[in-house]
This record gives sequence, C-alpha cells and structure tokens, in this order.
Amino acid sequence: MGGGGGAASWETVIGLETHVQLRTVSKMFCGCSTAFGAPPNTNVCPVCLGLPGALPVANERALQLAVRAALGLGCTVHQRSVLARKNYFYPDLPKGYQISQFEQPLATDGSLSFLSPERGVAMVTIQRLHVEEDAGKSLHDRFPKQTAIDLNRCGVPLIEIVTGPDLRSPQEARAYLQTLKQVLEYTDISDCDMEKGSLRVDANVSVRRVGQTALGTKTEVKNINSFAYVEKALTVERDRQIALLEGGGTVEQQTLLYDAKANAVRPQRAKEGSHDYRYFPDPDLPPLVLKEEFIAEQQTQLPELPAKKRERFAEKYALSVTDAAVLTAERAVADYYEAVVHAGSEADAKMAANWVMTEVLADAKEHGDGLRVPPGALANLIGLVRGGTLSHQAAKRVFSEVAEHGGEPRNVAEALGLIQVADTGVVGRWVSEVLGAHPTEVERYRKGEIKLLQFFVGQVMKVSRGKADPKLAQKVLEEKLAA
Amino acid sequence: MNDPSEALASAKAAADRLVRAKRLNASLTPAKDLRKALVTQAQAAHPSGVLYGMPVAVKDNICTLEFPTTCGSKILEGYRSPYEATAVAKLKAAGALIAGKTNCDEFAMGSSTEHSAFGRSLHPFDKTRVPGGSSGGSAALVAAGVVPAALGSETGGSVRQPASFCGVVGIKPTYGRVSRYGLVAFGSSLDQIGVLGRSVHDAARVLSVISGRDAKDSTCEDRDPLRLPNVPESMQGFVIGIPKEYFPADLDPAVRRACDRVIRLFKELGAAVREVSLPHTPYAVATYYIVAPAEASSNLARYDGARYGPRFNGSEDVRALYRTTRGEGFGAEVRRRILLGTYVLSSGYYDAYYRKAQQMRALIAQDFRNAFDRGVDLLFTPTTPTPAFKAGEKLADPVAMYLSDIFTVTANLAGLPAISIPIGRIKGLPLGGQFIGQAFLEDEMLEAAYALERVVPATEEA
Repeated sequence: MGGGGGAASWETVIGLETHVQLRTVSKMFCGCSTAFGAPPNTNVCPVCLGLPGALPVANERALQLAVRAALGLGCTVHQRSVLARKNYFYPDLPKGYQISQFEQPLATDGSLSFLSPERGVAMVTIQRLHVEEDAGKSLHDRFPKQTAIDLNRCGVPLIEIVTGPDLRSPQEARAYLQTLKQVLEYTDISDCDMEKGSLRVDANVSVRRVGQTALGTKTEVKNINSFAYVEKALTVERDRQIALLEGGGTVEQQTLLYDAKANAVRPQRAKEGSHDYRYFPDPDLPPLVLKEEFIAEQQTQLPELPAKKRERFAEKYALSVTDAAVLTAERAVADYYEAVVHAGSEADAKMAANWVMTEVLADAKEHGDGLRVPPGALANLIGLVRGGTLSHQAAKRVFSEVAEHGGEPRNVAEALGLIQVADTGVVGRWVSEVLGAHPTEVERYRKGEIKLLQFFVGQVMKVSRGKADPKLAQKVLEEKLAA
Repeated sequence: MNDPSEALASAKAAADRLVRAKRLNASLTPAKDLRKALVTQAQAAHPSGVLYGMPVAVKDNICTLEFPTTCGSKILEGYRSPYEATAVAKLKAAGALIAGKTNCDEFAMGSSTEHSAFGRSLHPFDKTRVPGGSSGGSAALVAAGVVPAALGSETGGSVRQPASFCGVVGIKPTYGRVSRYGLVAFGSSLDQIGVLGRSVHDAARVLSVISGRDAKDSTCEDRDPLRLPNVPESMQGFVIGIPKEYFPADLDPAVRRACDRVIRLFKELGAAVREVSLPHTPYAVATYYIVAPAEASSNLARYDGARYGPRFNGSEDVRALYRTTRGEGFGAEVRRRILLGTYVLSSGYYDAYYRKAQQMRALIAQDFRNAFDRGVDLLFTPTTPTPAFKAGEKLADPVAMYLSDIFTVTANLAGLPAISIPIGRIKGLPLGGQFIGQAFLEDEMLEAAYALERVVPATEEA
C-alpha cells in the first residue's frame, strides 16, 4: 500500500472486551468469600481448587447481577443459556478449564450511548454479555526464580461485555469505558475498581483508510490497568499500525501486552500451540434456564440509569446539561443532590446544584470521607442564604464548620456570630464610622467617582466583621452619601 | 444389628476376610490400615442407622477421608481427599463401615481392571481371568464374600459388566439419582455411582441410602431417597421388552440359551414379553467413545502436578512439568482417551464428531422412550456378550475391549437405570442379564429383579 498522508487519512476501529467482577459475597460456583486482600490461598475450598470429585453449583446472586447488567445495557436476556468449558493449561487455572459461556451466552444485542469527545452522542453495540469464573493469580516476583500461585481469585464471578467494532479513537474507547463504569456502579453490579482487578479491559484494534468499509487486520491489546492507559495503549498501537502500513508493511494478527512504564506494546510470549480452547457445554452444570418472572424481577431492581437521570435533572431542575452531567456522574452525588432539593425548596434547585458542585464535591475530594454535611442541613443553610440571614461568604464558613463538627446551620451561624444584621440603626452606625474614616474617598465619590460605592460596602463588611447585610449597607451608604 | 459389639465383630470379621482374599488384589487398602479404620468406624457408628455395622467397600475413584483416593492411577498415588463424597457421607450416616478402597481401571477407563497402576485384580473363580471393570475390585470383593456390598461407578457399564463377570448384582441408577459429589469425574454426563451386592436386596438397600438430593451436585435431581419395593410374588402386569438388537445372529449360543431361560421364567411369573426394536443401538459404542473421552480430556486436565499428586522429573519450567507429570503419571489407556477426546473437541472436528455424537445420543435416548411409550415397562438383555475373558486377551486390541461394553453403554447414554443379576453359568463362569428401566423408576426395576432372582438358576449351566 503506497500513499501516506499521515494519521488523518486513517480511521481507527476499536472493540473492547471488558471483564467486570460482580459484587457478590461468595464465588460463582462455591461458597468461598470474594473478599479482596485475604492472605494467599485462604478463600478456597475443594470446588474452587478443582480438587478431584468436586462439582460447581451456580451462584444465584451472581446471575441476578449479570441479568441486571445485561438489562442495564439494553441486551436481550436469553431464557436459556449454556455454561461451557474453555480448556487451557495454566498453573493458576486449577481445573485446566475455565467455566464460561460460548455458543449460547446469557445476553446479546445491547447498546450503550455515550458522549464521544469527537462525535458527540454516539452508540456502541454490545454484542454479547456472558458470565464466567475468574482464574487465580500467578505471582512471579514473590520468590526468586519461582512462581507463586494465589487461588483466592479463582472462581470469582465475572461478566464479560463485548462491544462491536464501533469505537473510532482511543479517546472514544476511554469515554465508552467511563460510561460503562458509571452504569455498572449505578446498578450496584460492580465496584469497577481497576486497581483491585474488578474491571479489566482487552482491546481489539485495527486501522483502515478513511472511506474504506472492510476492517483491517486487528491486534488484541492486553494488560491495560487504568482508564488513562486505555487511551495511551490504544494510541501507541494505532500509531504502530499506521506506521507499519505506511511503511509498506502489514499488520500481523497477534496478542500484544501493554507496558505502561515504557508506554509501548510488545507481543505476548507465544503460548504453546494455537489457541484452541475446545469449548464444549459443561456437563456438570445444566443449562441456565431463567424464568420470565426472574428476568422481570431484575428489571424492577434496576435504578434510573445515568443518561436518564441526567436528562431528568436538566429538565426538572432547570439545569444546564453540563451541570446535570456533573451531578449525575456518581449515583451517590445524584441521590444527595435530590435529597437536598427535597429537604428544601425546588425553587432553590439551581442554588443547591451550585452548592453541591462546589462546596460539597470540594469537601468530599479534600477529606475523602464522603458527603459529610447531611442533605437536610445543606438545605437549611441554603434557606438561610436565600432569606438574607447569612451572606454567601458566611454560609461557606458555616458549611465547613458543619462538615467538620456537625450541628444545625442556624445554631452554628449564631455561635460564630455570622447572622447578618439587617437593623438600619446598627448598619447606619457602621456606615457613619466608615465614612468618617475615609474623608478623601467621600470627597471623590461626591465629585462623581460613584464606583467607590463598592469600596465603602467592603469597608462596612470589614468593620461589621461580615455581619452587615450587604444590600442594606449599600442602601444606607447611598442615602448618607447623597445627603 | 444394633448392638455395638456386633458392629465391632462385623468389622473384625470383614478385615479377616479381606486378608484371606488378598491374592485377588481387589482392595487397595493394606490389611492393617483397614482393620484399624474399620474398628474406629464401628466404635463411632450410629446404631440407629439402617446399615449399622454393614461393611461396604468403596471404589477408589470415590473420595473418602479414611483412605487415599488414587483412582488406580500413579498420578494420584498417595492422594488424600480433604473431603468425602456425598454417597460415602450418607453411608456413614446410615451406620455402614467403609471397608477400604477397591482396585479399578485407571480413572475408571477400562473393562477388565487390568488398566490399574496397582496391578490387575483377579477373577475370584479363575485367577487367569479378569473380574471385569472398571469396578472389578468391588465386584471381586463382593463375589468372594468379603463384603456384602460395594460402591462402584459407571460411565459405560463399569458396575454391570463386572457384576456379570463375577456373578453378583450390579445396579446403575438413573443419572441424577445419586450425587456425583466426590466421585472423581471421568465422563460427567454419563458418570453415576452404582452398587454391587451379593443380592438384589443388599445392593438395593445401599442404593436407597446413597440416593437423593444433594445441593452440592447441580446434576443430582431434587428427589427423596429411593424407597425399596416389596418383594413381589409374581411378575403379573409387567410388560418386558426384548430389544432384538441385543440378540444379534452371532451372539454366543450359551448367552442366548441363558437369556431364553430367563424369558421363559418371565412368562411363568406372569409377565408379558414383547420383542422391541432400538434401532440406533449399533451406533452406541461409537457414540460413547466420542462423548466419554471428550469429557475425560477436560476432566483430567487438572492432573498436572502443580497442586497435588506426585511430580515427575523435569519440573524446570511449567510446560515440562505438565509433559512429564502427565506423560508418566497416566497409563496408556488414559492417555489414549485424552488424545481421542482432545481430537474430537478440536476446532474443525467438533461438528463432525462431538456434535454428531450428541445428536446420536439424543436418538438413542429417544429409542428407549419410544419403547416405553408403547407400553413396555422394562427391557431385558444380556449384560455382556461373553462371560469373563482371560487376562491379557484384549489388552492389545482396545476396540475388542470397548466392545465388551456393547450392551451396557446405551443405558449410560440414555441416563436410564439398569441392573445386572446373575442368570446362569457358562463353563463354570457367571453371566448376568440386565433390566433397563425408565428414568427414576428404579422401584419397578427392582421389583422385577427381586422376582427373577428368586427363581433364576443363577449357578446352573445355561
């Protein structure tokens, strides 16, 4: 292939396979705990160790969550699906096969809309969603020249979510993943913690000339450990493929591992023989037959999903789409915001949004222990500002105090002496004091330099230590300066 | 029996009998260990159990806490299971005494017990012959009078075939009647724990105890334990089907004579006898030797030396560890079946072999349903095409060995219950005939077996 023309003349095609750990107490096929961080090989039993004679029994809770995920992604959930064995040898795979699904997966034909940085609202097809068990972990750095095996993860329930080749850039891949994560967190299906391995991504990447419809030869990129690396790894691989093709070479279909330190991909050490997993239906497990009522029940357990909530917030609370997106990014924040609005007045919805997006999120970020001011307290605080009892500045101080030590905002404001003074006599005395102290400025004002009014207001606030009602102060100042 | 001293006496007597039967190489448990274990169990057993004090030997592919579980394989030499099979736990709860582990073909793959890594078992009547297999050790111990009953397992006739060879009763229950939890898997969709017994009653009461639901096995049916039928006076009302495909023109005339004698007895007992056809029978052995090895190739992948069992030389890297452990740990027959099974599941061959075999399996099962739908209660056939063969006779010819299961594999493929009972002798060697029953109607099948057992001249030449 000749030509060239740089990256702009190439189109990137990406499909993602995401493994997500289901939030269950016990494993997929036995009663062992799924708790993260237990000492090696302590959350194990004959079943997940694959001891001779042991048999798997499917975890119903895992199936509930998997069906919920499928419904949340708009998939068709099949009433009959088949658990199959994927056969391969690896020391952290004690049975010599992984129980997964192949020919008849749990769900197919879903889609997820997400905000593409390049294309705006875009749609990804979810080709299939199936359940499977996790393998154990091989630790190559624990003992010199030896490999240690930890089988705690073995049998942990996963779903695999496979998209079509619908993503068009590394940035889109990242945006899709963020949206997917949001949905899975919202529905409480997974904690999606990449550091704990509860969300893992493999990517299929190919490039083609803009305008071509046939797909190019793809490679599979593995070992991507964070959302930021998704973008980086895919960019590296895309650029590698384009450079190859522009140099007259061809892309070889292979599996690549991403090396985050070097920001490079390298071919996976070839496993012996070819990848023939010899899938066949697991004879130890009858087909998964889900009653219609079971599926319907999972549908009722689905909360409002992020996209829906975003639209509703924007409309109902008259928020900008951007604000609605910030407020709905996490379910906990969205729920908190609505609680604040419900505890106060819907008329304050916009003000509540500002408070949540600034003070509340900043506080949560700084202290890392959640949303510390109860929604009712924040609603009251907002009420005090709207009613003129507290200045915005003073309210911020009250917020910090309540976040730190708790308490009812009005009481806290009183204790701190922050209640605004709206008594004309008291404010008048502060005004007189300020005017007396600044004769030059008074002179200039009277000669027409009326922008000095704000300076006087500031001085009154200073003298009153923030307690003066700024509107009243301005009014009294204007009167006295006009006299 | 419900007296602790009787249980203790029973335990000691069983241990003594086992010592005398040592030459059979039917038990893999050393006499000293067995005596100790039996006495300990007799002291702990609950006198209220329905099998109180009854010694029951257990095939070595069923997990026990008291004894190692090696499946007759070097690859599991010395392996001790940290848990016991549900069937074993149920036996113990009923007061039975686990009387050691019995020899078998490696991982239950074989029909002669010659494929055991621990040497072949001898036929109790003729040491130059095989006791059948793969549950040959269990059959030989029961036939030699060492234990009244023993657990075996079936994937394709491994209880009924040795029962036929050794002149004892062998029951293979409906797939899903007995929990497979703790039965080391060979062909999971076919495997089922069965019972060998001196009599229909001994086998049946053990089966009744081990049957019933088990939350640990998803393929075990949610049913109450089997209830034993009364011994009937006659076979009045029974319709016995005689499938013509099991009586080919070249059938051993003595086997035919033995079966004809039984058919006459059915009529004398008041049963109706009807010829039926199971047209897909000729494909059963081929189907079986695709399905069972396919599942075995996956089931036996776990024996890689990484976690348990002995490791063989060359564990420098993990691939070498696999190669040497599996290459040296498994015997020739097991390796042959793993290769066969790997082949039929490989991409490009799956549709031609495994999928086709599954389709044929469904047709074989349909044959049985058709016969039963036409009013037949039970089918009767010879259990084996011949009496016990000579040791070494079929070792060089695996297909000849496979064909000794020709009459038994169908019940496994269709998941149906079957029982073999002795129906006569051929040149002094026992021969069994089998009933194949309808799914989960073991009680009907046992009723017929009780009736036949009372009248059949089991020790007379056919």
